[in-house]
Amino acid sequence: MPPVARESRNGDVPPAHWAFPQLWPGMFHAVRGISDPIQLTARCVVVDSSLPRPRSADVRSSTLVGVLIGIAIMAAVDEIVFHQLLAWHHFYDRSTPSVALLSDGLLHAAELIILVGGFFWFADLRRRRALSNRLAWGGFLLGAGGFQVFDGVVDHKVLRLHQIRYGVHLLPYDVLWIASGAVLLLAGAGVVWWARSRRPDSRPR
Amino acid sequence: MTVAGPLAHAGHGAAGPSWFPLFPVALLAVCYVLAAVRDPRGWDHRRTAAWLVGCALLAVAVGPLAQLPDNPSGHMAQHLLLGMLAPLGLVLAAPVTLLLRVAPPPMRRLVGRLLRARPLHLLAHPFTAALLTTGGLALVLLTPLYAVAERHPVLHHAVHLHYLAAGYLFAWSLAGPDPAPHRPGLAVRVGALLAASAGHAVLAKYLYAQAETLPPGLTDREPEAFRSAAQLMYYGGDLAELLLAVALFATWYHRRIGSRRDAPTTVTGRAPSTPDLGTGTEARPGRTRSGRLP
Repeated sequence: MPPVARESRNGDVPPAHWAFPQLWPGMFHAVRGISDPIQLTARCVVVDSSLPRPRSADVRSSTLVGVLIGIAIMAAVDEIVFHQLLAWHHFYDRSTPSVALLSDGLLHAAELIILVGGFFWFADLRRRRALSNRLAWGGFLLGAGGFQVFDGVVDHKVLRLHQIRYGVHLLPYDVLWIASGAVLLLAGAGVVWWARSRRPDSRPR
Repeated sequence: MTVAGPLAHAGHGAAGPSWFPLFPVALLAVCYVLAAVRDPRGWDHRRTAAWLVGCALLAVAVGPLAQLPDNPSGHMAQHLLLGMLAPLGLVLAAPVTLLLRVAPPPMRRLVGRLLRARPLHLLAHPFTAALLTTGGLALVLLTPLYAVAERHPVLHHAVHLHYLAAGYLFAWSLAGPDPAPHRPGLAVRVGALLAASAGHAVLAKYLYAQAETLPPGLTDREPEAFRSAAQLMYYGGDLAELLLAVALFATWYHRRIGSRRDAPTTVTGRAPSTPDLGTGTEARPGRTRSGRLP
């Protein structure tokens, strides 16, 4: 009897990595293949009552949703603290080239969409009980640190959109900015690694 | 505007005629409320509230803001209200669904036929609508159209009407609860929102950077006033993008509850020719969306 049940389950439910095969387009993929994740989830929720919880957590989505929210929160902190409260960053820097202006506009618009989309996706995962909190926190740190490093290196140094502060010696600020991002990034990687190693079952192959 | 005084005031007229645009706004509000009261199945009060908020924002834009002494920030606030914030309220109120509920059958058939029309699908594609809103704004601000509209009241009102219509179209194409046959999927709509918002942000920063020369054709200008208007445009655009994104993802979120239950029965994506459309609270876009699935 048990083998039969398992066989039928394997028959019509795709394995977890089939439903979420890609890392980045996963957000849209989860939407496009709308019927598959839902079927999968319906089963997972049933499985959840009989098997240990980790089986139902969606590893990639949990991590990725954390990354998205981390990026968006860090971008919001940057905007609110450094642009508005401290007024260290300038709205526009005379030396900004127009290509940088374009990429800045795109990034800025994307950050807001990521913030909103990330939270809705987070709520969706929670509702489906497919969220792993530890992985989401790890992803959050990864996203926040990644954004900080990206902002420090690409926005400030490569594109020269604006500098951290004006009228000061910049080097210590840049070093501190990028190093703090790197620390967050490493911490995030550590948390994700730790969370994954605690649940070998749910690691995607 | 910062054009010479007499010209500027010619654009806005004396105290009397400039209050005129308030009448259509009041008419819109009254008609909607009357229709909502007449709805036999009972109309969701939240939709009525959304409509009234939209009308109130319109009234602020065409009433008090138009009375203020001319300055670029006032014009920018008008643009933000007319083209971005008010349309979202109007769209969330689902006026077409309400019309289909209370109108007589010939009218419903007409609306259904209109919604099935191919030109409308083209016009209401999110990217077309994004081009109309952000592109229209760019056209006004980067060409002498802005200066000309300052002097000609008719053109001035036409520009405002364009802001409103394009903003409504854009919000409807992204997140409207009204029936929208052949509405593209979430990825396309998010892409359109991204493109429109990025265009808006770039335009705002470009205006900020070029405040000495843009908008062209003005006789007397204060760059500082234009810079503060550009900042208002940037942050106001953020607010509108945020609200639109919430409305857009909320339709996705609510859709997924429904699709689990009634996925097999919604494989239509049909145009609304029957009166039996929309509950007024359900997110409609997902229905056409799931109609596209195999």
